[in-house]
Amino acid sequence: MNKGPLIAGTLGAATIALVAIGTLWPAPSAAAYAGTHRMLGSSSTPEAAVDNLGDDIRSRNFAKAYASLANKAQFSESEFVRDLNGAYPGLLTYSNLESFQVRPLHASDSDAELQLNLHWSTVVGPEVTTRDIHVVKDGDNWAPEWPIIKEAQVPPQVIPVNYLRWDVIYRGPGDDWGTQDVEAPHVRIVDMHPVERAEGVVIMGELLNEDVVPAYVTVTATLLNKNKEPISTEGSFDKISHLLLPKQVTPFLIKFPNISMSDVGSIRMDPVSSLIAASADPVIEIADEQLHPAPDADLTGQLINQSGQVVNVAHVLGTFYDKSGNVVWVADTYTKRALLPQTPLAFDIHIPEDLAKNVASQRTVIATYSSGGAQ
Amino acid sequence: MKLRSSMLISSLASTAMQFAFAQSATMTIPKTVEAGQGFTVASVGSGNATLFIVGPGQVLKRDVKLGEPADFPAGMLYSAGRYVALLEVGGAAAQTEVFDVLPVKDVANVNFLARPSRLPVGLHDAITGAVYVFDKYHNLIAAPESVSFELAHPGGAVEKRVAQTHDGAAWAAMDSTSQQGADTFTARVGDISSMRVVEQVPGDPCGLKMSAKQSGQLLDLSTDPVRDCSGNAVPDGTIVTFTEVYHGAQSTVDVPIKRGVAEVSMPIHNGATISVASGVVMGNQIGWGK
Repeated sequence: MNKGPLIAGTLGAATIALVAIGTLWPAPSAAAYAGTHRMLGSSSTPEAAVDNLGDDIRSRNFAKAYASLANKAQFSESEFVRDLNGAYPGLLTYSNLESFQVRPLHASDSDAELQLNLHWSTVVGPEVTTRDIHVVKDGDNWAPEWPIIKEAQVPPQVIPVNYLRWDVIYRGPGDDWGTQDVEAPHVRIVDMHPVERAEGVVIMGELLNEDVVPAYVTVTATLLNKNKEPISTEGSFDKISHLLLPKQVTPFLIKFPNISMSDVGSIRMDPVSSLIAASADPVIEIADEQLHPAPDADLTGQLINQSGQVVNVAHVLGTFYDKSGNVVWVADTYTKRALLPQTPLAFDIHIPEDLAKNVASQRTVIATYSSGGAQ
Repeated sequence: MKLRSSMLISSLASTAMQFAFAQSATMTIPKTVEAGQGFTVASVGSGNATLFIVGPGQVLKRDVKLGEPADFPAGMLYSAGRYVALLEVGGAAAQTEVFDVLPVKDVANVNFLARPSRLPVGLHDAITGAVYVFDKYHNLIAAPESVSFELAHPGGAVEKRVAQTHDGAAWAAMDSTSQQGADTFTARVGDISSMRVVEQVPGDPCGLKMSAKQSGQLLDLSTDPVRDCSGNAVPDGTIVTFTEVYHGAQSTVDVPIKRGVAEVSMPIHNGATISVASGVVMGNQIGWGK
């Protein structure tokens, strides 16, 4: 006897029943994600109050989040939204709050301190921001106080900029065979070190634009085995400053996951450059750079935009050297907020604990992105 | 039955006659023809025939009367290479001859590849020029030709090389001069020449030097005019890095050269050491307030 139709009918009926149950009585977390229902309805505990706040931020229900705050008299709702998303388009403007974690720091009968870790999904990967939130008791409920950070405002003004710019005219389709095109920029790898890490082989180094024109650069590396046969090819992807102005140096880092140095006989490096129209502005000062030793080894500093142009996203690349001047690590971070003219913005680059003790000096470079393309 | 036999005999007789005619028809064709020149194919025999000339990129078909010369006017064959002439009589090949069409002796086109189009000053044999010589029909001229290469600087300095073509190609290597500028690189064969522009740009900065001046709470840092080792001004846009090290901290600014110098203002820190660099070239150091 053919049981196929019976099984198909049973599965179909079960599916319809489950969909109906899920729709009528949804799981709280699913409803919260869908933005139709709150996972925690009340704020009967400090954790629940901050959970509700995080939930409202995730569902971009800023009005509700603002209404739940105990200190909303200190700032407006638009200032609260600007604090979360940035007053000018930046990394967080084009991101979503993927998840959040609440960690209690201390509590009493009338107030509590909690840490809210916000996990953002951004165009350059996951980013985490942290806020310490003071929560106060209000009758039977608890209400969070948002630690507002008011973004500095740049006064309206005209900043004259006599910026340099390069434009390129390439050879056209009507040109004869043999007609020379504009030469690609000459770039050179000035330093390169392969190291073995737990995740695999990592190649890091520095690339110099030794030409007088700007270059768009990438670096690819191919690992060869002892028989000179390729094992794997990888590129620097975003662990490099792709736009190199004349005589500018960028670090690069290339990862080869799950490969051991013992398998590698040699490495073939392939720096690629092409001409690109570019501007020499904006000029970014990197001030107060400080290396902090382990634990929590990092490089901190401040970026100061010396030009008149708003930088929407700044990519900060740190090159770390040992006492002999050899590159021991390359790490990077992105600014979460737009970089306004003459307005310092702090940055923090994490250094792996095991390498921190070898770091004696560092050099930082900035790649900037402004509305309308890379500058 | 009788009719069929007579048709068969007639057909065989016709074929035999064609074969006989084909055997008796011959042609004479020059062994070499210059591209674009007219030529004549002489033939022996009687009756009509078809002459095919097959070559690189060209096929000619001509109905000829055997015994009379077939003239091909100038311009009919212009692609150099090996050709096959086939005389067909009555559908059968009577004779096949091979002949060559040679390039015109006079050079009409010079294709010139110059590399690179941009390079630093003062490099030995860094500019290469390769020339391919062609006739007016774009045939590569394999016979040796004398090629002169000339690299002329706007300031008047001229560097010359002479080379012979081998199988249609010649090349030369030139030095870049010590002065920046757009040099003209010319290859000449007889009266025919081709010109390219080679931009000679300054090399790395040489003797990079900065000075510092206090301006309120800031330190105005400025380089002297940045020049390479030949005295050429390093172009605007070149990045100069200022680094200030103080009390375990550091500040860095990458500044493009504008109007020949790089300038920046940095906060004053007593006891700071300020250094300047461009690419892999280090400049001087200043100790402030020490």
